Amino acid sequence: MAFPLLSWLIWIPIFGGAALLFLRKETCVLWVRFFSLCLAMFSFGLSCVLLIGFDVTTSEMQWAETIPWIPSFQIFYRLGVDGLSLPLIVLTCFTTILVILASYRSVQNNVADYCATFLIMQGLMCGVFASLDAVLFYSFWEAMLVPMFLIIGRWGGQNRIYATMKFFLYTFFGSVLLLVAILYLQMVAKSTLGAESDGLFNILAFQNLALTMIEQKWIFLAFLIAFAIKVPMWPVHTWLPDAHVEAPAGGSVVLAAILLKMGGYGFLRFILPITPDASQFFASGIIGLSLIAIIYIALVAIVQTDMKKLIAYSSISHMGIVTLGLFTVFSIIKNTENHDVAVASMEGSLVQMISHGFISAALFLCVGVLYDRLHSRLIKDYGGVVNTMPIFAAFFMLFAMANVGLPGTSGFVGEFLVILSAFQAKIWYAVGAATLLILGASYTLWMYKRVIFGSITQPAVATLRDIQGTEICVLLLLAIAILWLGLWPEPLLNILQASTEHLLNQMLHSKL
Amino acid sequence: MWSSELFFVYPEVVLTTFASFILLLDLWLSPKSKWIIYTLSQLALMATMYCLIQLIAFTPTIVFNGAIILDSISLSLKLIICLFGSFVFIYTRKYLFDRQEFKAEYFILCLFSILGMMILVSSYNFLSLYLGIELLALPLYALITMLQGNKLATEAAMKYFIMGALASGMLLYGISLLYGVTGSLSLIAVAEHLSISSAAPSLTLMFGLIFVFVSLAFKFGAVPFHMWLPDVYQGSPIIMTLFIGTLPKLAAFGFAIRMLNDTFPSLHFHWQPLLITMGILSLIIGNVVAIAQSNLKRMLAYSTIAHMGFLFLGLSLGSEAGFIAAYNYILIYALMALGGFGVMTLLSCESIEAENIQDFQGLSSQHPWFAFLMMLILLSLAGIPPFSGFYAKFFIIKELIDSGYLGLALFAVLMTVIGAYYYLRIIRVMFFDAPQGSKIQTSLASPEAIVLTLNGFLLLILGIFPAALYQFCQVLVLTAF
Repeated sequence: MAFPLLSWLIWIPIFGGAALLFLRKETCVLWVRFFSLCLAMFSFGLSCVLLIGFDVTTSEMQWAETIPWIPSFQIFYRLGVDGLSLPLIVLTCFTTILVILASYRSVQNNVADYCATFLIMQGLMCGVFASLDAVLFYSFWEAMLVPMFLIIGRWGGQNRIYATMKFFLYTFFGSVLLLVAILYLQMVAKSTLGAESDGLFNILAFQNLALTMIEQKWIFLAFLIAFAIKVPMWPVHTWLPDAHVEAPAGGSVVLAAILLKMGGYGFLRFILPITPDASQFFASGIIGLSLIAIIYIALVAIVQTDMKKLIAYSSISHMGIVTLGLFTVFSIIKNTENHDVAVASMEGSLVQMISHGFISAALFLCVGVLYDRLHSRLIKDYGGVVNTMPIFAAFFMLFAMANVGLPGTSGFVGEFLVILSAFQAKIWYAVGAATLLILGASYTLWMYKRVIFGSITQPAVATLRDIQGTEICVLLLLAIAILWLGLWPEPLLNILQASTEHLLNQMLHSKL
Repeated sequence: MWSSELFFVYPEVVLTTFASFILLLDLWLSPKSKWIIYTLSQLALMATMYCLIQLIAFTPTIVFNGAIILDSISLSLKLIICLFGSFVFIYTRKYLFDRQEFKAEYFILCLFSILGMMILVSSYNFLSLYLGIELLALPLYALITMLQGNKLATEAAMKYFIMGALASGMLLYGISLLYGVTGSLSLIAVAEHLSISSAAPSLTLMFGLIFVFVSLAFKFGAVPFHMWLPDVYQGSPIIMTLFIGTLPKLAAFGFAIRMLNDTFPSLHFHWQPLLITMGILSLIIGNVVAIAQSNLKRMLAYSTIAHMGFLFLGLSLGSEAGFIAAYNYILIYALMALGGFGVMTLLSCESIEAENIQDFQGLSSQHPWFAFLMMLILLSLAGIPPFSGFYAKFFIIKELIDSGYLGLALFAVLMTVIGAYYYLRIIRVMFFDAPQGSKIQTSLASPEAIVLTLNGFLLLILGIFPAALYQFCQVLVLTAF
């Protein structure tokens, strides 16, 4: 068996984080920070090894590991990555470094617990993206709620308890439906493959399972509730603004950069390949919901007075592009029979997921920088920040532009691909999606103008000190990532290519 | 012939001897040397477990003219009851020593109750079954009022006694009806009679069946026979809640297996709706009412009701897979209850009973380790992976779906979402609220803290490796049937 790299990626942060829990003395704080940063860097290094050793020409699962876990039910500890999950794993490891670095300044109490919780969560999130067994996937998927619950609840703002309870119960509700759907699929697998088959809980075996239309529709709906809550799609998005506003900066970053992507990943790994016919049946409905998210939520974002809330709504709006790009595929194929356009649309969605991970992380960290100094998230408490924090203003400018979708930044690539392909589906899909560019520009730049430009009206702003040290480091890392992805998306697209084409074939292959 | 059969009840004989000896010894011991009582009680359980292990090679055996059965289910349940009983004694030691009024009767009565449980799980005849149930319950009535003379405890004991007597009466009435129909008190003879008669069961027989099930539901505390449970849990001193919340549930499971699998398998069609209805009602009432509680003991009582509902759904399938899942569930439930009430016992010191939710405010800053363990236990109770509580639920839901009860499975998982709320509320209080004055002093190096740590981590380890316990249950159930 090959080197169990994926297991290392999952368990090293978890065990390392658990070990950190024993360094609770106030005197160890520096060691804790150093040790957790090392762990995060090491995991990121491992994920880079994964990236380098990845074969882009195939859609097969790579770095696969299979160990019996619950032999009585043919449940396996089964891991593997393909082009869909690999970028997300790398993103997860990258984000954790940022979170640990950003905590140097902003978190001063219970540092060990804070770092440990994030590291454990990193391991669990890698587990979600790497697991190929449905029960293993579900275990990681649910287990990950606990650290997030604790992060929001312990280090959050005023209204944190309401927010964290809402977050937990909302997502837990969605997940239990996922569990029932998985168990139902297992039952179908048992009747087609036989009770002794080793594929009873294998997600890849689920993808080849013949299902009737009525079964597909119910399974689709169960999956949809689970994943739509996570994405989140309108109208089940209401937990997100609350959770974002109350979470500490690090929590918001992980929430926006990775947790939301799990919903998108669920679409890719479960909904589209397992229930392709139901997906086609419901496609226009999902597109409708995505367009509502894009337009309506963007309008909601404009009127926000709280910066974090504004970015939270902007996240929902941008995730609308992801679901839109995935579900326009069906009508693109119907209209043009052109697979390349369909692949472009899906790749656009995937790039949008990764790019939004960077951009939203960057924006939340920028708000975190301001919040650390003035302890306010309200736009009206700022104004003229550029006079006291010029370096910060420059970084913030770049990230705001990326959020708008300026060419040359990563935000442009995904949105452009999705909108361009949407023209092949229906013209008004594309028109709806394109309004994101206008509305996005209005809320982002208007917020930027009010916070950064103008003369200083609040005395507190005059006392602000510009970012330094770790803060610059964090923002610089993100700026590099955003520009790299914007200027040279080729490597990412290469990784996605084979798996996306494979997924498209699965989606177009009727199971009836 | 009798002496050779006596060999198979050696564990019970040893336990009785020890308990009687301790009862006598207590009269001569000075208050200072009461620790001997505790040590002897632990020794009694150890000796019993040792004897039980010796008997493993002799399963299955039926002795005393079919009154007692020694099969893998009864033997394993007895072992686990003794083991958990030993855990209970470890947790309660400090509580009893701290309060000047050390009562040796606690240990003695608990030992007799354990004896009753052992008889109950190995009974193969309605008379020994009834004997076991009564011996299990009678010491408990006394125990509840023994430690504190307050009104709640008295009320709890009265309620428990009256309801218990009623349930016993029902059971006896049911047994007499069954005897009237089948002409036998032996479980196996009743089962044979029922499987031979091809005609629809008579009204008398159905009455008998229902009365027996009522008493079964009473022992588990399933709705609508749950009324005693919250009052008893709340009114009893915490060490009694610890005892009542864990061991009798295991014994009741033995009772259930004897009834469902050994006596009435041919009437599955008739008792399945009973169990499903009680299961559904228990899940609703347990989960919904638990939300409104401010007393942690009472909340956990309602949570117990909800868990028993889950168990009933597993039992209702009547299949081997269903029984395996249910056995797995009850073992993990008992471990969780042991841990949960164990934390409360350890946090209760001389003057304070840690039982209101406010008592746990800010526990994480005062006793981070206990708060952490309590969190593990609560998450396990809520059914969040990777804790064993989730896999216990998972196996039952899987069996429900495999048997075609998709709606029931959906209902059960939705109820766990409601359940998650009140468990999270405790975690919230422990971790997110500020502490309200310091009160509790507990050392981490004490034996009870170490055992509690073991208890909490066992829930995590059994969750990460759920196959081990499941296969254990599988082997036990399959060899017994």
